[in-house]
Amino acid sequence: MFQSVSLEYFLILAAVLFSIGSIGVLTRRNAIIIFMSIELMLNSVNLTLVSFASFLGDSAGMIFVFFVMAVAASEAAVGLAIVLALFRQKQTVNVDEVNIMKW
Amino acid sequence: MIDQFIIELQKSISLFKPEATLAVTFVVALIADLIFKKSKNISGYISLIGFIVTFYFLFWQKGQNYGTFTQMLSVDPFALFFKFLILLTSFFIILMSFFSKELYINNRSLGEYFSLIAGMTFGMFLLVGANNLIMIYLAIETMSISSYILAGYTKEIHRASEASLKYVIFGAVSSGLMIYGISILFGLTGTLNLFEINNFIANNNVNIYALFFSVFLILAGIGYKISAVPFHFWTPDVYEGAPITITALLSVASKAAGFAVLIRFVKAAFIDNTQLDSEGIWILISNIDWRFIIAVLSVLSMTLGNLVALWQTNLKRLLAYSSIAHAGYMLMGVAVMTDAGVTAVMIYFASYLFMNLGAFFVVTLLANKIGSEDIDDYKGIGYRAPILGVCMVVFLLSLTGLPPTFGFIGKWMVFSAVLESNFIWLAVIGVLNSVVSLFYYVKIFRNMYVRGVEENENKENYQFHPIAIIVLLLLAIPTILFCLYPGPIANWAAASVGIFLG
Repeated sequence: MFQSVSLEYFLILAAVLFSIGSIGVLTRRNAIIIFMSIELMLNSVNLTLVSFASFLGDSAGMIFVFFVMAVAASEAAVGLAIVLALFRQKQTVNVDEVNIMKW
Repeated sequence: MIDQFIIELQKSISLFKPEATLAVTFVVALIADLIFKKSKNISGYISLIGFIVTFYFLFWQKGQNYGTFTQMLSVDPFALFFKFLILLTSFFIILMSFFSKELYINNRSLGEYFSLIAGMTFGMFLLVGANNLIMIYLAIETMSISSYILAGYTKEIHRASEASLKYVIFGAVSSGLMIYGISILFGLTGTLNLFEINNFIANNNVNIYALFFSVFLILAGIGYKISAVPFHFWTPDVYEGAPITITALLSVASKAAGFAVLIRFVKAAFIDNTQLDSEGIWILISNIDWRFIIAVLSVLSMTLGNLVALWQTNLKRLLAYSSIAHAGYMLMGVAVMTDAGVTAVMIYFASYLFMNLGAFFVVTLLANKIGSEDIDDYKGIGYRAPILGVCMVVFLLSLTGLPPTFGFIGKWMVFSAVLESNFIWLAVIGVLNSVVSLFYYVKIFRNMYVRGVEENENKENYQFHPIAIIVLLLLAIPTILFCLYPGPIANWAAASVGIFLG
C-alpha cells in the first residue's frame, strides 16, 4: 500500500513525535498538558507499530495498536480523575505546586 | 488441525483457573458492595474467599510446564512460585486493611478498594507468566492502573492524591518508553513472542545499536516497576503518600512481579538456551556486557537507597528507601543469572514478604494509636506495646540480614551465588551496604526502646485487637522459623527455577 513511501520516513516521523512528547512531559508544568504529551508518545508508538506491521506483513503489530489505544484511554481516564481529586484540594493543576513531599 | 487446536484450548482453559477465579472475585466483590451497602467489609471477605479458592487451584498447577493460549502465558514452576508469593501477599494485605484506621475514617466505602486489590493480583498473575510482548505490556498496565487508583484511595488526604498524581505521571511515561522499545524490537525481529525473538537473534544479524536501544527502553519500563535506581524517583513519594497497606502491597507484590518478568524476559529472549550449561550465554554479549550493566544498576540502587535512608525521619519513607536498597540486593542475583542466582532471588523474595509486610503492619497498628509515622514519635513505644515492639525488632533484624532471621538466609544465598560467579567486587559492595543499613534500622530500635522511656513510664499500655496480634505473629514466627528450617523453601525455590522455553 505504501510502496511509494519508504519505511524510514514513517519511523523518523514517529521518532520525532515521540521526542516532542517526551520533551513536553519534561518541560510543561500543567498536569493536563503533561497527559497530552504522554498521549503523543503513545500515538507515535502506534505509528511505529503500524508501519512495521505493514512493512513486515505481520498483523500482530496492528492488533497491538488496538490494545495500546484501549490502555491509553483507560490510563487517561484514571489520570484525569486523579488530577480532578487534586484540583478539588489545591485549586491548581500546576505540578510545581504539588510538592508537600520532598527528599 | 482444528481438533489439535481445541485440545490445546481446553488444556489452556483448565490451566487458567487461578486467574479466572481472581477475575470472578473482582467482579463479585464489586457487585456485592453495591448490593450490601451497609456492610463495609463484605467485599473484603469475598476477596479473602476468592484468594483461598485461587490457592486451591494453584496447587493443581504443580509440576505443569506448558505455554497456554499459543504460548501467550506460560504455566511453569517459576511462575507458580511467584504466584504463591503474590497471592500470599495480597491475602495478608486484605487482612491488614481490616485493622487500618486511615482507610475507615470519613465513613469511606471500601468496596472498590478490596476489589481493586483482587484486580491488581490478577494483573500480577498474568505478568509472572507472560511470554509475549503484548501480554507483558497488558499485564503491566492492568497492575499499574489498579495501583494508581489504590495509591490515591484516601483522596481527601493531601499526601495521597499528590502521591497518586506523581505515580500516574511517572508510570505513564515509563510505560510509554517501554512500549516504544517493544515496537522497535518488533520491527527488528518481526515477532512478539519471546522464544521467536531469541531464535531470530541467534540466527540472524540484527543491528546491535537498535537492539541495545530497544532493550534498554524495555528494561527502563521494568526497572520502574522494581524501583531500581535511575528509575526510582516515584518510590519515596508514593510510598510515603499512599495508605500504608498499599505501600506494603507495592513494595512486595508488584516488585515480585517485576522481578519475575525481568528474569523471564532476559532468560527467554536473550540467553542461549540450547546450551545445557547453567551458566548460559548472553547472545547480546558480543558488543555490550549486559551483566555489568545490571550489576551497576544493582550497586547504584543499594548505595543510594541505603545512604538516603540514613537521614529519613518518616518511617514509611525510610522503608521506601530501604526497599530500593533491597531491589539492589536482588538485582545482584539477576546480574549473575545462573540457576543459583535466580534461586537466591526467589528465596530472598520469600523472606522479604514476611519481614517487609510485618514491618508495615507494625507501622499500621502504631499509626492507628499515635496517628503518625514519624520516628521521633516512636519514643519508648517498645514498652507500651510490648508484643509489637518485639515483633518489630525481629523484622528489623531480618531486614538488616542478621541471624537468626529469614532475611539472613536470603542475603546469604544471594551473596554466595554472586561469589560463585566470581563477582567479588559486587559481593563486597553488597556486604558494605548491609552494614550501612544496620545504622538506620538500629535508629528505629533505639527510639522504641532506649530514648524517652521516662515520659512514657506512667502511661498505660496500648490495646490491640487479638486478631491483629495473631496476624502479626503469623508474619513474625515464619521470619524466625524459616531461618532455623530453611530446607523446604530453599528446596522448593531450587526446584522452581525452570522456566518454560518454547
